[in-house]
Amino acid sequence: MEAFTTHTGTAVPLRRSNVDTDQIIPAVWLKQVSRTGFEKGLFAAWREDPTFVLNDPAYEGGTILVSGPDFGTGSSREHAVWALQQYGFRVVIAARFGDIFRNNSTKMGLLPVVLPAEKVEGLQAAVEADPKLEVTVDLAVRQVRWADEVVPFEIDDYTRWRLMEGLDDIGLTLRHADDITAYENGRQPWLPTTV
Amino acid sequence: MGSIAHQQEEIMGRTLAEKVWEQHVVRRAEGEPDLLYIDLHLIHEVTSPQAFDGLRLAGRKVRRPDLTIATEDHNVPTVLGPIADPVSKTQVETLRKNAAEFGIRLHPMGDAGQGVVHIIGPQFGLTQPGMTIVCGDSHTSTHGAFGGIAFGIGTSEVEHVLATQTLPAYRPKTMAIEVSGELPVGVTAKDLILAIIAKIGTGGGQGYIVEYRGEAVRKLSMEGRMTICNMSIEAGARAGMIAPDETTFAYLKGRPHAPEGEAWDQAVEYWKSLRTDDDAVFDKVVEIDASTLTPYVTWGTNPGQGLPLGETVPSPESFDDPVARAAAERALEYMGLTAGTPLREIEVDTVFVGSCTNGRIEDLRSAAEILRGRQVRTRTLIVPGSMMVKRQAEQEGLHEVFKAAGAEWREAGCSMCLGMNPDTLKPGERSASTSNRNFEGRQGKGGRTHLVSPQVAAATAVTGRLTAPADL
Repeated sequence: MEAFTTHTGTAVPLRRSNVDTDQIIPAVWLKQVSRTGFEKGLFAAWREDPTFVLNDPAYEGGTILVSGPDFGTGSSREHAVWALQQYGFRVVIAARFGDIFRNNSTKMGLLPVVLPAEKVEGLQAAVEADPKLEVTVDLAVRQVRWADEVVPFEIDDYTRWRLMEGLDDIGLTLRHADDITAYENGRQPWLPTTV
Repeated sequence: MGSIAHQQEEIMGRTLAEKVWEQHVVRRAEGEPDLLYIDLHLIHEVTSPQAFDGLRLAGRKVRRPDLTIATEDHNVPTVLGPIADPVSKTQVETLRKNAAEFGIRLHPMGDAGQGVVHIIGPQFGLTQPGMTIVCGDSHTSTHGAFGGIAFGIGTSEVEHVLATQTLPAYRPKTMAIEVSGELPVGVTAKDLILAIIAKIGTGGGQGYIVEYRGEAVRKLSMEGRMTICNMSIEAGARAGMIAPDETTFAYLKGRPHAPEGEAWDQAVEYWKSLRTDDDAVFDKVVEIDASTLTPYVTWGTNPGQGLPLGETVPSPESFDDPVARAAAERALEYMGLTAGTPLREIEVDTVFVGSCTNGRIEDLRSAAEILRGRQVRTRTLIVPGSMMVKRQAEQEGLHEVFKAAGAEWREAGCSMCLGMNPDTLKPGERSASTSNRNFEGRQGKGGRTHLVSPQVAAATAVTGRLTAPADL
């Protein structure tokens, strides 16, 4: 996973709530067996509308998506994270996220940032007023900064450390292989196996 | 979690979720998520190929193929014959190769054990009380109906479970949904969960494991309980659970992977301890009175946008919250609906009975009861959730009822719930669907979905507009 420390870029305001993962990447794109090429499917249905924000040249090159609440609800498809990253996004900011999407993001190095609804709204308005506004998302000090605004955000220490180091979870867990074996030796005897 | 919190929990009593969680902690360290053991890992073709690729790249093996089971469900056609779509075909073939390479039991298309992943686990008796169960699918919450912690994961976590049989995770907060009273006749588990989601919203359960409790829940069959837990994710909760009881034990007894003899007695004794202590405290409590409910239907594009069937399409102005108002406006536009229209006057083109929400035998029986001796006016797909459900339905003659009514009797799979196979809506088409998501384009690009119970779906098929069985 790509490490994330601090990122400065321009933002894209997505003024919609309940952006479910079926909208982020429709099911037809889930038939692929590779991990690449999903940027073409990002918001596929909405992008057919010429007025959709990603079709607005003013926001071209934006790397920070600023969405309405409940972003990434619904299906567990990690393809939603891959699509956002492969399109060029490094950060998604919203007041609330679907739990599975948020979890998937931190496994891949896409930073989900929860800000209060009024701050999200303020950032969207600021970006709409000036699409070239520089926005900095600083994981080291847990802040989002734009213009004169400095807004703190919360993220647990462990996830922050893992993101900043770009560490792979499996490698970390395998350091505790002995604990896993010990646990397995004490499992309840009636638990089923699939064989 | 610190030692003080621990002591407090012992004094205060624990919730069901806390008991199951604690039983599965492999390792706990200050400032880190718990390392949680996973008792059962379910796999399907859509969210697993990249995980197996990851294992191969890193030279890792599957730690416990004997705690892993795979099936083909999302892409499979529900008419007999091979998969026509070459991309779907490749995905299914990839699962077969991966299962063979890593030694994982697979139920492929045509196999008597094939079916929707969340239907087959319970049917085999692999889903048992007190277990931790994961799958690369958000509706894994279904399995919580047996009193375990079951939740959906992404592909990175699928790879993690394959490699380690564990997951690092923080314990979610706990929420009790207390359902008092009794469901009136004609009102089902589906109506109850749609009412709950409408009440707490699609984000209401974020960060929580929900335990459904109360008289109405206790009286539900295992099928009904699975319907409830299945849609926990639509309220934002990763997991939903119901304490095991005699209904649970009776469902499990004699199933292929259920314990037998002395092990059964031992297991039941343990399972009986899996209930929230009387003095345990939930982080949040929501109350709902089942006796006031009537059949529910969604009118919008998220599962929280639901109302009793007797209501009218709401006006966006009726929402105080500007975000909800904007969402309603957009939903009405997408759904092609006008505020004030009675929901009963909405005409549909297609009825779908099936999915991991409502594709079990009890669902098919209740749809058949309504269709018996009647004719459908819409395209009506009846898709059993598994080949075992299909076989049982045919033994009971339900397929003859469906066919006589003019409905299509199909093979098992996810089908029109998400339209990854050829069963889709065309742009502008409208369905009454027993599935779980009414998202834009979920059942096919431009398709419009109304979520309903199997009974409402069957009655709707008869009249061609949203209808409760009592209206017939």
